Amino acid sequence: MNKSINISGAEAVIRCLIEEGVDLIYGYPGGAIMPIYDELYKFQDKLNHVLTRHEQGATHAAQGYSRVSGKVGVVTATSGPGATNLVTGIADAQIDSTPMVCITGQVASHLLGSDAFQETDIIGISTPVTKWNCQITKAVDIPKVLAKAFYIAKSGRPGPVLIDITKDAQFEMMDFHYEKCYSVRSYIPTPKYSINDIEKAVKLIDSSKKPLIVWGQGVILGNAENEFKEFIEKTGIPAAWTILGLSGLPTEHPLNVGMVGMHGNYGPNVLTNECDLLIAIGMRFDDRVTGNLETYAKQAKIIHFEIDPAEINKNVDVDIAILGNVKETIPKVTNLIKKNSHKKWLNKFHTFYEIEYEKVIKDDIHPSKDGLTMGEVIREINEASDGNAIIVTDVGQHQMVACRYASFKESKSNVTSGGLGTMGFALPAALGAKMGAPEREVVAIIGDGGYQMTIQELGTIFQTGAAVKIVVLNNEYLGMVRQWQQMFFEKRYASTEMINPDFVAIAKGYYIDAKKIEKRDELKTSITNMMNSNKPYFLEVKVEKEANVFPMIPSGASVSDIRLE
Amino acid sequence: MTEKINTYTISIYTENNIGLLNRISAIFLKRHINIESLTTSQSEIENIFRFVIVVTISDSKIKRIIKQIEKQIEVIAAFSHTDKETIFLETALYKVKSKSLFDEKHIQKIIKESQANIVTVSPNYFVIEKTGWREETEKLYDSLEPYGLLQFVRSGRISVSKEAMNISNILGLNTDK
Ligand SMILES: Cc1ncc(C[n+]2csc(CCOP(=O)(O)OP(=O)(O)O)c2C)c(N)n1
Ligand SMILES: [Mg+2]
Repeated sequence: MNKSINISGAEAVIRCLIEEGVDLIYGYPGGAIMPIYDELYKFQDKLNHVLTRHEQGATHAAQGYSRVSGKVGVVTATSGPGATNLVTGIADAQIDSTPMVCITGQVASHLLGSDAFQETDIIGISTPVTKWNCQITKAVDIPKVLAKAFYIAKSGRPGPVLIDITKDAQFEMMDFHYEKCYSVRSYIPTPKYSINDIEKAVKLIDSSKKPLIVWGQGVILGNAENEFKEFIEKTGIPAAWTILGLSGLPTEHPLNVGMVGMHGNYGPNVLTNECDLLIAIGMRFDDRVTGNLETYAKQAKIIHFEIDPAEINKNVDVDIAILGNVKETIPKVTNLIKKNSHKKWLNKFHTFYEIEYEKVIKDDIHPSKDGLTMGEVIREINEASDGNAIIVTDVGQHQMVACRYASFKESKSNVTSGGLGTMGFALPAALGAKMGAPEREVVAIIGDGGYQMTIQELGTIFQTGAAVKIVVLNNEYLGMVRQWQQMFFEKRYASTEMINPDFVAIAKGYYIDAKKIEKRDELKTSITNMMNSNKPYFLEVKVEKEANVFPMIPSGASVSDIRLE
Repeated sequence: MTEKINTYTISIYTENNIGLLNRISAIFLKRHINIESLTTSQSEIENIFRFVIVVTISDSKIKRIIKQIEKQIEVIAAFSHTDKETIFLETALYKVKSKSLFDEKHIQKIIKESQANIVTVSPNYFVIEKTGWREETEKLYDSLEPYGLLQFVRSGRISVSKEAMNISNILGLNTDK
């Protein structure tokens, strides 16, 4: 046991963070967290605090940082409005399983419940959207609770944790010594698989004629990309990804057959309802993936590799559940399985791809009409980055197009708000991604709507100098909603058209190099110039106003009823 | 699709934690499920608490709910049982004007027949306690109502399962084998 020192609760918080290997936090100060900020000032050589321009931005930046680095994102905010501004990012991290520790200041403990200035029940508010949360009213509790917070945030299925610390606890003196947390007796982070289930799965896989894998973020969160690749290469099984699984397997891998879900690829969606075995790996059968559950893969046996027991049989009843971390369980299956290939079955995916290419993809990425398309912008970015960039997307049509067409060589390269679909996510998340992987190119693809939800983070990008490349695909619409209005509400475009500001002037106002283009012949050079810059760069591309994203599974329809037009 | 609905007694063993009630009730709120009764108490194991929650839902829903409850960090284990699988009781208190006890001979007969107890008698009122199943406490309510009930209150369900719950095993402790 290391010797203890007598320090304030606030200093204890900083020392805990340092003990946990944290060197970067995103946050925003205020009255109830000032003692901690005072200590941050003293420890600034060890702990870099990035002042975002809104607490929501701090959460998304921490998420972006975590998603590319695999580390825990850390956020600090004051009580009341500071704390409530975190809620969207916390909910986003919860549904997308992002490890994050948020520390909020709280009014002094003797004022709790008195409706004191900037008192808000953030524990009550954050309970349904945190993996765990806890209020600290005594300095002595700080090391234990923070150690537990980090352990819980990153172990098992990761998620956000919120720790609320009263101001008196920050001032109070205490004897500090730190011990990392390695277990909590009421919590089983990684449940145990059964050998019996592994053997049953092997049998099923060996005997299946038309197996299909759908993998999700579990492969990435488990750092199991290699294990996953070995598995599919030995079995020759076509593999499709959910939006959060993207980049877990290189785009060009011959067994990568594209995206499942609402705007996914034609083949994997249709063939979900034709396969004889569906192997779900680290994914959770979200309704955007499954469409109508009554008609989802009813003909198939289903094997589910999953770390969270609550996901088993939640939406889809499965035949075999293999609990545990996929990094551990996949090799167990790979070792026992026969080497195999499924050429004819795989060809079926290729045939569907050709149909999709003719009907959708060709006009998206090599358009013959005048207007610029989102798809061709993504293709140009692919070419300029050679598939090596981290792509951060916001929410809407541009997100679907970017995820459909962006190409990836490396894992942890796709950062998007999948489960919550949080507009405003991308700009701060891109900042976090750049700081989490400074050696890599980070390109944010954002819609003109979502961009304006967190546009103030241009200030943070300017101040940190993080060389984020920001591409706004401006269709002057809340495009995704407009598409639904066109398809399902007889073109009644209720409040989806936007008269936008001069985005270039705004970026320049933040001293960020900026350019706007409207014509195809400017596209390639503009993107090359942007990529060549070693500073933050803003590029606005005026794209077709009323383009739609296809393919599409209308909500409530079956995956096999996916529409190409 | 109409699934069969059942009454379930959910028993949850937890660490003692301030926010936990909120966290557990939020699971029901999120799914729009009504909690019919809820009690919390110390369990048979030191420092471990027990929640007993009664809900009426379908079989497939109860399984998913149990997993969501167990997913909470400070929940040690959660179980669900149908009425057949548990021994359960509720306690009800009835406050009646003292005058009726003396004026209406019938009341004394009711109390005797329902095996209720008189807990306290004062010049103005007296209090009857009845522990039993819901039907029993309800029957007594119906019988006493004509005489004027000043107050009525019924506890949440308390229950023990017929089979062992093996919490101690989960925690590596040595009780309830
Ligand atoms: C915070 C938030 N509010 C509302 C929505 C609903 N929504 C989903 S996509 C979308 C339109 C996005 O417009 P834009 O950012 O311009 O992207 P586009 O679809 O045009 O590419 C809206 C309003 C959301 N996802 N998030
Ligand atoms: Mg738009």
